[in-house]
Amino acid sequence: MSTEPLTTKRSNEIIATNVSKTFGAGPFAKEVIKDCSFTIESGKLTVMIGPSGCGKSSLIQLIAGFDQPTSGSITIGGRPITGPGKDRLVLFQESALFPWMTTWDNIMYGPRARGEEASSSAEQAEFLLKKVGLEEFRDKYPAQLSGGMQRRAELARAMINKPEVMILDEPFRGLDHMSKELMWEYYAGLYEEDRNTNFFVTTDIDEAIFLADRLLIMTNLPTSTRSVIEVDIPRPRNIEDIADNARANEIKTEVMTLLHEEAMKSFSGGSKAAADFLDAYSKRAG
Amino acid sequence: MNLKKLKSKFSARATLRGVFAIVIFLLIWEVGARSLDLFGYRVPFLGLIPPPTAVLDSWRGLIVDPSYWQSWYMSFLRVFAGFLAAMVIGIPLGLYMAINRTFYGIAFPSFEILRPIPPLAWVPASIIFWPTQELSIAFVTFLGAFYTIVINVLGGAKSINKQYLQAAQSMGASQRDIFRRIVLPATLPSIVVGSAVGMGITWEVVVAAEMISGGGSGGAGGGLGFFIWSSYVGGSYEQIIVGMISIGIAGFISSELLRQLGGFFTPWLKTR
Repeated sequence: MSTEPLTTKRSNEIIATNVSKTFGAGPFAKEVIKDCSFTIESGKLTVMIGPSGCGKSSLIQLIAGFDQPTSGSITIGGRPITGPGKDRLVLFQESALFPWMTTWDNIMYGPRARGEEASSSAEQAEFLLKKVGLEEFRDKYPAQLSGGMQRRAELARAMINKPEVMILDEPFRGLDHMSKELMWEYYAGLYEEDRNTNFFVTTDIDEAIFLADRLLIMTNLPTSTRSVIEVDIPRPRNIEDIADNARANEIKTEVMTLLHEEAMKSFSGGSKAAADFLDAYSKRAG
Repeated sequence: MNLKKLKSKFSARATLRGVFAIVIFLLIWEVGARSLDLFGYRVPFLGLIPPPTAVLDSWRGLIVDPSYWQSWYMSFLRVFAGFLAAMVIGIPLGLYMAINRTFYGIAFPSFEILRPIPPLAWVPASIIFWPTQELSIAFVTFLGAFYTIVINVLGGAKSINKQYLQAAQSMGASQRDIFRRIVLPATLPSIVVGSAVGMGITWEVVVAAEMISGGGSGGAGGGLGFFIWSSYVGGSYEQIIVGMISIGIAGFISSELLRQLGGFFTPWLKTR
């Protein structure tokens, strides 16, 4: 990985083409993703937003390579995705920091697992620890950190592996509003520093608009791409300004209209209860 | 800081309460046991057993008796031999069942049929198929801890958060590394719990097995279970109670040792 020249970044555009995913079979089959196509452009922060309970997390499982689509294809830099790889790193909804490791050991997990040279990765870990402001918490266990600190530790643990693509599945969900806004600014700052390909999934409209270069708006179940909006608001952005930004408000109205339509579809169809039932059933059957 | 003070105050008060309760209990026992002399009639239950002062007296005599300590030694040896064997066999078995679906399919049904059989039901059979009495006792003791340890390890390893495994996988960890640094530590708390419960059952089983097996010569038999039994046969009621309390203390020491050891291996749980 370090032998490649650093000057030209390899394209790691992710292209999903007509992806479908069905769980279960027969009368209990449940189509979660249907004919879904989109592009996660190289070197951009793409945010995916959709009604909660749509197949966003399933989609992440596919992109991460933990699961395979029923039909269609997903490629990264032209190569098909066949399994998990360290070119794509996922930050999950719930903290996935290993509870039995200190902050330091958590951050060092990737390099150690791959048997990389100890001294250079320790240097990297030191640098990242400072960057996420957790130097004083290096010997603490995750349970001793606040929610926001845990998310930052996890960012550091992901970044030390220099992934080509970072995939974040509602990473700031469950944080209080203040910490959430701080994390937005913090995360956007990290992204602006090296402009790697980032794919960020959320249900929070303000979060989506504040962070995104491109916005993918998804339909309700079965998920497909409803529309794509370029968020052409200059960076760096800050929370106070964006509230008064005319373009941001315009996008917000547009997104809300689209999401409202999607939410109404499922609501008027009365299918939510049925969907929940099927979901529970298919999980048990599977 | 204030909270800490409050906490230590509470725990001091709790200790005081505990000591107070024991003193009251001993007093009631003493009065009850001497009820015939004091009130002219026997209180039910307590009137039939020796008073704590008499038990203490008998204990004082036993403390200098090497055969009493030999009983301790024998029981401890059996408990730890059985328990250690249960750990050595049970932990890998539970882990392997958790990670290998084929092996799980083969082993789990038989395991589940054998598990409800109480260890003591194995006594006659184990006397038949083990060459010495000592081995039969050790085997039955082993069974006491074995099932509990396996079930806990299996359950613990199976319920590992999938995201831990996926996170490790996407950071490029090998299967071996995932087992060593994710599966094993994630299962440790269950191993500790399983061991603690298993240890309790081991003491129950060893006492019963010793009572059944009797004294015997050449190192077989003996132990605290047999000590109680022979005291009963010999009509020394004080010694029965000494034996019972000894087992209580022995069990407490074993559990405490295990707790300390478990805490040492799972330091992250203390921070919650």
